[in-house]
Amino acid sequence: MRRSGARRAAGARNDAPRAVVGSGPAGRFLFGASVVLLCVWVLVPIYLLLVNALSSPQEVTGFPKRFVPSFDFGSIRFFASFAGVAQALWNSIAVAALTMVMSLGLGAPAGYALSRFEFPGKEWFRMIVVMTRAFPLPLLALPLAIFFIRTGLDDTALGLAVVHTVLAIPFATLITFSLFSGVPLELEEAAWTLGCTRWQAFHKVVLPLVLPGIAASAVFAFIVSWNEVFAAAVLTVQNRTLPAFLVQSLNVSPLHLKFAGGAALVVPALVFIFAVRRYLFAMWGIASR
Amino acid sequence: MAEIVIKGVAKSFGAFQALHSIDLAVADREFMVLLGPSGCGKTTLLRIVAGLETPSAGEVWIGGRRVDRLPPRERGIAMVFQNYAVFPHLTVFENIAFGLRMQRLPRETIRERVRRTAALMHIEQLLDRYSGQLSGGQRQRVAVARALAMEPDVILMDEPLSNLDALLRLEMRAELKGVLEASETTTVYVTHDQVEAMSLADRIAVMNEGRIVQVSTPVDIYRNPAARFVGSFIGNPPMNFITASRAGPGEWDVAGLRLTGPEAGERLEFAVRPEDLEVGPGGFQAAVRVVEPLGPHTLVTAEVGGRLFRAVLDSDLAVGPGDELSLLPKADRVRWFDAETGEAV
Repeated sequence: MRRSGARRAAGARNDAPRAVVGSGPAGRFLFGASVVLLCVWVLVPIYLLLVNALSSPQEVTGFPKRFVPSFDFGSIRFFASFAGVAQALWNSIAVAALTMVMSLGLGAPAGYALSRFEFPGKEWFRMIVVMTRAFPLPLLALPLAIFFIRTGLDDTALGLAVVHTVLAIPFATLITFSLFSGVPLELEEAAWTLGCTRWQAFHKVVLPLVLPGIAASAVFAFIVSWNEVFAAAVLTVQNRTLPAFLVQSLNVSPLHLKFAGGAALVVPALVFIFAVRRYLFAMWGIASR
Repeated sequence: MAEIVIKGVAKSFGAFQALHSIDLAVADREFMVLLGPSGCGKTTLLRIVAGLETPSAGEVWIGGRRVDRLPPRERGIAMVFQNYAVFPHLTVFENIAFGLRMQRLPRETIRERVRRTAALMHIEQLLDRYSGQLSGGQRQRVAVARALAMEPDVILMDEPLSNLDALLRLEMRAELKGVLEASETTTVYVTHDQVEAMSLADRIAVMNEGRIVQVSTPVDIYRNPAARFVGSFIGNPPMNFITASRAGPGEWDVAGLRLTGPEAGERLEFAVRPEDLEVGPGGFQAAVRVVEPLGPHTLVTAEVGGRLFRAVLDSDLAVGPGDELSLLPKADRVRWFDAETGEAV
C-alpha cells in the first residue's frame, strides 16, 4: 500500500524492478536475529553429536566437556567395523532412493493433475491422500508382513520402499500440487502458442520452474524413508536399514557408540541435502545471489 | 494471406453461455480490436481463435484453413498475454528464441531474428537478463518481441497494456501501433479500454453479453452507434439519452422540445453526444448543476427533463451552477434508438 502510494505521489514514472528486501534498521535486526536463532536451532544438536562422535569414550562420559573434539576416531572406527553396519547403510540408501523415485513418480503426476485439471471428486481425492497418513502403521504391520511373505517381498529393499512410498506419497502429491499451482497456466499456454505440445511445454517450461521444489520434496521423501524405523524393523530381518539396525543393536551399546551411530544416521542425510542445496533455493534471476 | 473467419462460434461453460453464435471476419493485415466490458466474452473469443479454448459450436478459419480442432502450435498464431507470460527461467534472448528453437531454425537465423525483433522493441541491452530483473514495461516488450520473432500470420493480444501504468501505456500504445503496422500481420487485440481501441484499430468489434453488437471503423462506431449499448459504452463523457414520445408522423417530443425524427417506432430514445450540444436559442431548457472547466473546453452537467445531461461547451462561456441554459443539439448528430430493443432507428 505504502509503496504504491509513494509511487503515485512521486508522479514520475517509476518503472524499476522492485527491491527484494525492504531495509529499515528494525527489519534488519529482526532478519539478523531470526537467522542466528535458526542457525543455532539447527547447528547446536549437530555440533554436539559430532563432537561426541569424534571424541574418545573417556571424553564422552567425562566432565567438563571440551568444545573442540579430540578427533579420536576410535568410536567411529569401531562402529564402522561393526558387523552389518556397512550392509545396513547400503540398504538404507537403496530403500530411500527407491522411495524417492517411486513417491515422486506417482506423487508428481497426481500433483500436476490436481493443479491443472478439474475432475469429479477432486476435493475428496485431496482429502483421502492426506487421510492415508492417519492410518496407524502398527495396525498394518501384521497383515503387511503376512502379505509380503506370501508375495516374496519380505526382507527386500523394494518391499520396504513400497511401504515408505506410501508414507511419502501424500507429501509428494501435496507439495508438487502447490508447486505446479505456483506456475501460472499462462506460461504453459504461451509455450503451446510458441510451438510446444503439452509434453514439450511441461518439459521446457514447467519442469525447470518446479525443479527446485521437486528436489526439495525428493529430499523430503528420502528423509522420510531414512528415518523410518517401525516398518523397517518389522518387515526386514537380514536386510535391515540403518535405523532399524541401530535400534536393534545400539540399545545395549555404550554411550560413545550411540553417538557414533547417531552421527552415521545424520551425516548422510546432511550430505544429501548439501548436494541438492542449490535446488532448494530459488535459482533464477535475482534470487540466485 | 491470413484472414480470420469466425462462423457461428458459441461457447458455454456449464450453464453459462459465454458466447452466442459469433460471426466475424478479419481481413488480412487488419488490426481488429475486440472491445467490451469485462465478462462480455471477448477474451474467450480470442482464446478460441488461439486454440486455448474449444468452441462448443461453430468454425474458425485462419488463412483459408479450418483450425478449430487444431492445437495452438499448428495455427500459425502468436499470442501476447495479459500478464506477459515471460518464462522466468530463461533469459530475454532465450525467451525470444523459444518459438524459433521449437521450429528448429538454424542457429544463425535465430540469432539474427532475435537481434532484429529486440532492436525493434528497444530491448537489445536486456538480452542477458532474466524476467525477474525486468520492469513491467520491459516484460511487455519481451512478450511482444517473442510473438513478433515468430513472424506469425496472426498476432493475438489479450489486454497487453492493462497492467502498465498510465504514462507507460500511452507510450507503448503508440509504439505497438507502429510496430504491428510494419510487421504486416493480422492482429486481433482484446481490450476494455475504449481509448486504446479507438487509437489502435482499423475496425472495432464491440461486444456485450456474449454477442457482437457492432463491427465498424472507430469513427463510424463513435458517430453511428448501432445500439444504445455502443453509444453509452464508447465516448467519455458518455452519450446523453432521453426518452422521446410520439407527437405526430416523424415528430417527436423530447423533454418539451419538438424534433423531427424517424417515421417508424412507437417509443424511442433520443441520443446526442456531449460535444454535439451548443448554446443557442430554441434548445433544451437546462438547469446547470456542475461546471468543470477542463482547459480546451468546459464540461457542464445540467438537468434536462429530469435527466442529467452532459455538454462539452466552449471554455469562454460564462456559466455557473444554478444558471439556465438553452442547449441546442446539432441536427445531423442526433441519433435515435428503439426504447425496447436498444437498436438504432
